[in-house]
Amino acid sequence: MSAIIAPSPVSVLIVDDEAPARARLRDLLADLAAELPNEVVAEAENGVVALGLIAAHQVDVALVDIRMPRMDGIEFARHLSRMQQPPAVIFVTAYDAYAVAAFELNAVDYLLKPVRSPRLLAALRKLRQQRQLSPAQLAQLQHSARSHLSCHERGRLLLIPVAGIIYLKAELKYVTARTREREFLVDESLTHLEQEFGDQFIRLHRSVLVARDAMIGFARSAADDAETQWQAMLCDIPERLPVSRRQWPLVKSLVRRTGG
Amino acid sequence: MASIKQNPDGQPLPDFRNAGVMLRVLLGVNLLALLAALVRSDGLADCLHDYVAMAAWLQPLLLFNLALLALLGNRLQGLALWNARSIVVLLAASSAVLLSALWSSLTFDEWGWQGLVRAGLLAGTAAAFMLSYLALRASALSPALIEARLQSLTARIRPHFLFNSLTAVISLIRLDPRRAESALEELAELFRALLRDPRQLVPIGDELALCRQYLDLEKLRLGERLQVEWSIGDPLPNLAVPPLLLQPLLENAVYHGIEPSAEGGTIRVGLLLRGEELHIDLANPSVALAEHSRGNHMALDNIRERLALHYDLEARLETGEVQLADGSREYRVHIVLPCGGRSR
Repeated sequence: MSAIIAPSPVSVLIVDDEAPARARLRDLLADLAAELPNEVVAEAENGVVALGLIAAHQVDVALVDIRMPRMDGIEFARHLSRMQQPPAVIFVTAYDAYAVAAFELNAVDYLLKPVRSPRLLAALRKLRQQRQLSPAQLAQLQHSARSHLSCHERGRLLLIPVAGIIYLKAELKYVTARTREREFLVDESLTHLEQEFGDQFIRLHRSVLVARDAMIGFARSAADDAETQWQAMLCDIPERLPVSRRQWPLVKSLVRRTGG
Repeated sequence: MASIKQNPDGQPLPDFRNAGVMLRVLLGVNLLALLAALVRSDGLADCLHDYVAMAAWLQPLLLFNLALLALLGNRLQGLALWNARSIVVLLAASSAVLLSALWSSLTFDEWGWQGLVRAGLLAGTAAAFMLSYLALRASALSPALIEARLQSLTARIRPHFLFNSLTAVISLIRLDPRRAESALEELAELFRALLRDPRQLVPIGDELALCRQYLDLEKLRLGERLQVEWSIGDPLPNLAVPPLLLQPLLENAVYHGIEPSAEGGTIRVGLLLRGEELHIDLANPSVALAEHSRGNHMALDNIRERLALHYDLEARLETGEVQLADGSREYRVHIVLPCGGRSR
């Protein structure tokens, strides 16, 4: 007795902030089901929600709008690309000349809204051969700083809102991100983080970036250490961070300017 | 004016058969001569004497050149701009050289070749100077330029909005065909307004109706995220405004104030008649993201310039961000239009 093993349907995640756009993709996928078995396993209205759903569902491909609130499609793909076996990503965009140019350059498949059914079918059919943008390429595509950092813990992807980070500290191979509640290990370099989040964070010394808004004052160090005379006091946590002598003038002028 | 071409590098050659142009050239060159005399002489009486001596030589040359240019007029206009300009300058220089040579042979004064070259150079420079003055004047006053600026300032719709709206309408066709129909009609109205002649003023009521249709379309795709509050107190004045005065501002408000926020927000539109002025207020939540503050100013600059072209200094457009009582920030646009019943 030979059982015919039907290929399992392609599981799809739809990420778009506009409900009609999601409905349209759902309709199109339903129309294509005869030609290419597929199943919409989840829908999300932005990248944050979508990353939460990824953990709970087996997803083969994510159809992702680029411009979304809270977390846009590019940043979503960046966090996704750090996973062990990430689903494929097909970007769907109404109009983004900059991103489209980058996709063309890298031979990455993308869909333009309004999406047409033959294009969607073609994109899903060549998923296997489809190239995906590397994390570095995705990073270049993003004009602004990310809204979240991601961290992997026991196989789970955790998102840390950048606005909630008090400081970032380099320790050996990892960077620790400290929020009010706890610490997270982030697999990124402090230098890159400083470049990306230079607007929000400032370097206190060689291995620490602190959120500008989180500093509430300065105190002299108890130990008369030549290297660090001053310590920054932080809101929400009792911990104090040393300020290097080299960075002190910059930090001081910045705090004075913002009236802190 | 058969051969006026679009000159990318400046205004076309002046029309030399125009009495105004002739008069300006006569006065201008004589003024230059007076200036030269002033520089060259020691006293005022001296200067006047010098100028009279110069004028005796200058006037026949000027009249000859003007007559020649008036005769050549049409042919010069047909040439490429820089060729035509060079020809005019060369004409002035060579006729000056010829006239000086004739003069010296008649009066038996010995001018020498250096004197001839000097006369040519002076005449050529004067001609070039007058040409650039006339070009400058033309470009400052050209009504064609104002029209072209108005044309180019026609508000453009964001492609982003167009394609997203089309997607929303397409998705509605199976679900709610009637709503899809009305959405397409609204889209058609919007495009009719976009294609309208930007110089033609429209009643303020029409512009407001267009704004409602536009917001209706946005609500289709943004759903509950977009809330709009209208407050139009008094009956609307019978006022004509430049087309698409408000719609691009609302488009800005949606793009920068509503779309970047997952929760959405409220756009407020208020119209108030105060004396002879109509005050229009638009407000939208301000989302503090660096990415969204850029690109905002294009539509604003565009509208500001159109207001200036239509109303000169009588209309105002102000923008600002305000911190509300609950700590959130709001972006506000305030427009004041004169209702004296006049239009451009």
